Amino acid sequence: MVPIEYYVGLSAVLFTIGALGVLTRRNAIIIFMSIELMLNSANLLFIAFARMYENLGGQIFVFFVMTVAAAEVAVGLALIVAVFRTKETINIDEASTLKG
Amino acid sequence: MLLSETTTTGFLELVPWIVFFPAIGLLLNIIFGRRWGELGVAITAVSASALSLAVSVLQFITLRAGHGEALTYQFAEWLRIGSFQIPWEFRVDTLSVTMMLVVSGVGTLIHLYAVGYMHFDVRYKGDPKAYARFFIYMNLFIAMMMILVSGNSYLMLFVGWEGVGLCSFLLIGFWFTKNPNGTEGTENSYAAKKAFIANRVGDFGFLMAMFLTFWHFGTLSFSEIFPEVAHYSGPDSLIWWITGLMLLGVTGKSAQIPLYVWLPDAMAGPTPVSALIHAATMVTAGVYLIARSAPVFNAVEGAHLMVALVGAATALFAATIAVGQFDIKKVLAYSTVSQLGFMVAAVGMGAYVAGMFHLVTHAFFKALLFLASGSVILAVERGHHPLEETGDAPTGGAHGHDSHHDDHSEIFDPQDMRNMGGLRKKIPWTFWTYMAGTLALAGIVPFAGFWSKDEILLDASHFELTSVVYWLLVIAAAFTAFYMGRQVWMVFFGEPRHHAAKEAKESPWTILVPLVILALLATFGGFMNWPFEQGLEPHAFGHWLGYTLEASTGHELHIPEFSFSVAIQSTLIAVAAIVLSWFIYGRKPMKAGETDPLQKALGPVFKGMNAKWWVDEFYQAVFLTPYEKLAKFLSQTVDWNFWHDWFHEKGIRDNFQRLANFLANPIDLGVIDKISTLLARGAQNSGSLLSKLQTGFVRNYALAVFTGVVVILGYLILLR
Repeated sequence: MVPIEYYVGLSAVLFTIGALGVLTRRNAIIIFMSIELMLNSANLLFIAFARMYENLGGQIFVFFVMTVAAAEVAVGLALIVAVFRTKETINIDEASTLKG
Repeated sequence: MLLSETTTTGFLELVPWIVFFPAIGLLLNIIFGRRWGELGVAITAVSASALSLAVSVLQFITLRAGHGEALTYQFAEWLRIGSFQIPWEFRVDTLSVTMMLVVSGVGTLIHLYAVGYMHFDVRYKGDPKAYARFFIYMNLFIAMMMILVSGNSYLMLFVGWEGVGLCSFLLIGFWFTKNPNGTEGTENSYAAKKAFIANRVGDFGFLMAMFLTFWHFGTLSFSEIFPEVAHYSGPDSLIWWITGLMLLGVTGKSAQIPLYVWLPDAMAGPTPVSALIHAATMVTAGVYLIARSAPVFNAVEGAHLMVALVGAATALFAATIAVGQFDIKKVLAYSTVSQLGFMVAAVGMGAYVAGMFHLVTHAFFKALLFLASGSVILAVERGHHPLEETGDAPTGGAHGHDSHHDDHSEIFDPQDMRNMGGLRKKIPWTFWTYMAGTLALAGIVPFAGFWSKDEILLDASHFELTSVVYWLLVIAAAFTAFYMGRQVWMVFFGEPRHHAAKEAKESPWTILVPLVILALLATFGGFMNWPFEQGLEPHAFGHWLGYTLEASTGHELHIPEFSFSVAIQSTLIAVAAIVLSWFIYGRKPMKAGETDPLQKALGPVFKGMNAKWWVDEFYQAVFLTPYEKLAKFLSQTVDWNFWHDWFHEKGIRDNFQRLANFLANPIDLGVIDKISTLLARGAQNSGSLLSKLQTGFVRNYALAVFTGVVVILGYLILLR
């Protein structure tokens, strides 16, 4: 198999790209995509270590993560739709009415 | 309580009733007096006094049956402080029973007299409701005097002493809104105050004497002190101080030099008061005190001299003043001071029997003279403006006698002898009783005053320490006869000098009956101490008192033998004085408006006698005015200006205000306020600072979360 360092590196890069996306992008859907990317990087790492240690627990955990991600996306997209209905935009910079 | 059932103590258990009958009488009059009216009040008061007399007579019988042995009866416990005990104990011995009989006997007669007299007096003063108040005070006086004479310790005596002082004050100032001549003013209350304060100075002396007695002897009870004093072996100076201070008390109560000045002013009170309190009973309390304390006075020689000289000097001094008085009661007042001087001189010399004998006879004839003078004053006043027959107060224009209208503008003094004259034809009963009293006072045989005064002179002639006392008393006796003669000629003989005297009316029976009874006592009372071996029982009174005096002093009573030379000498002097007074006043009686012939003869000396030798003015200048100045200084300058204004207002209050202002403005507002404002603003600023975090930017929040995760992970991985 491929040495585990490559998987860790790839996972880190994916995670960083995802984090940067969350922090810098304005479009709410893009932020969600970045969050998915971060979750998937964690999934990749789980699978890789599960293969390395011949332990199926990692792969099972991936199932859990995917379920949570799905549920979270459902709720989040519902929120975006609700916000869009009021503000006609999904630019998160526009959602600053809580500014104190 | 039948006679057959009496035990050896006889009627002793009844003795508290001498105090309680008058006390109940006064309480009944306080509660029901207004409702009962004059008759009810009079019956209550006179019976209370008469019942007290009855109990005193029972005590007399008890003592006779017991051969004069002293009895004590403890009624109640009073003070008990550690080992110091003063019970309310009654002492029934011959001396106290003598006083009880005099007080209640003469007192009851005077109560009866006052029933009639006050009926007129309250109407002349315009206050009929005051009738009950008068008899309440009179009964209170009897009760207090009984406590005085029956006490078995100095403290019980002092309770009565103070009580009669109070009654004297209340009764002298009975008409406290008026002056003695009847006009509105404050002189009567001033006289009452003067009496009380002069007495207080005396009381101070008496109290000090009691303190010293208690300090040395550990007790104040007569039963315990006198046996101890009889064999006294301590320092002489202690007895000097005790007797000297006690003498000060006596000079206050019994009106001797220097504290006699209240008694003439006390004539402002109604005449029955003058008779009872200031002639017969209260003023004799001092004489009683000395007679009671005989063992103490006997313990040191000089004590006799001190007391006797004070008494004799007072006797002469007051007699000279009496000669120059025009007010009928003032003559009698100074006469009382003078006669008290005789009594004090007698007991001072150690002649206790003579002193007490004179006390008793003097009570008879001086009360008689005062009551009779009251009758004279009443007669003249009724002659001046008679009351309506119904007894109502006289109204301005309702007189039936038009000739009296012109008098209302002048102030008429019914007590001024210059307004009297020729009264013997108008008021004969009063006249004859007055003559009995005068002859008794002047010491003409066989009247009572002769026997008692003669016995005093006899004892004075035998006084070893000095013969000055004898000569002072003889000269005083001469003056006595002279001023009484002067008074009689001026009042009863000659022609009336004022129309009021012309119209004078005799007084009713309630007034005359006591006069007659007292006149009989003044005439025949002297025989109770018959000095001869044949005839009546010799020295009955002396033996009677001897039971007590021998028991307390421890040695036998010395009864001097009757001396014809002394008796004849004193009688001749008295007769000569009366004849002299007839030459001056009787032969050519004064006319209306004329000056006193003695004034023409003696000039400034008469002025001195009339002005009471300016003693009151002297006291005013030396004691009273500086005292008032001191009081005013203390109150105005020290208390008000310094203490109140400067110290409290300026010092304390103003500085406190300054401190409070200082604390309030610079500190409270300046400092504390600023601190709290600072805190508030600090909170505000930090708040607004922190609120800048709340941008509302989601991306900022996300960044914050991310940063936090990085920090925590970094800490966990790198540092742990």
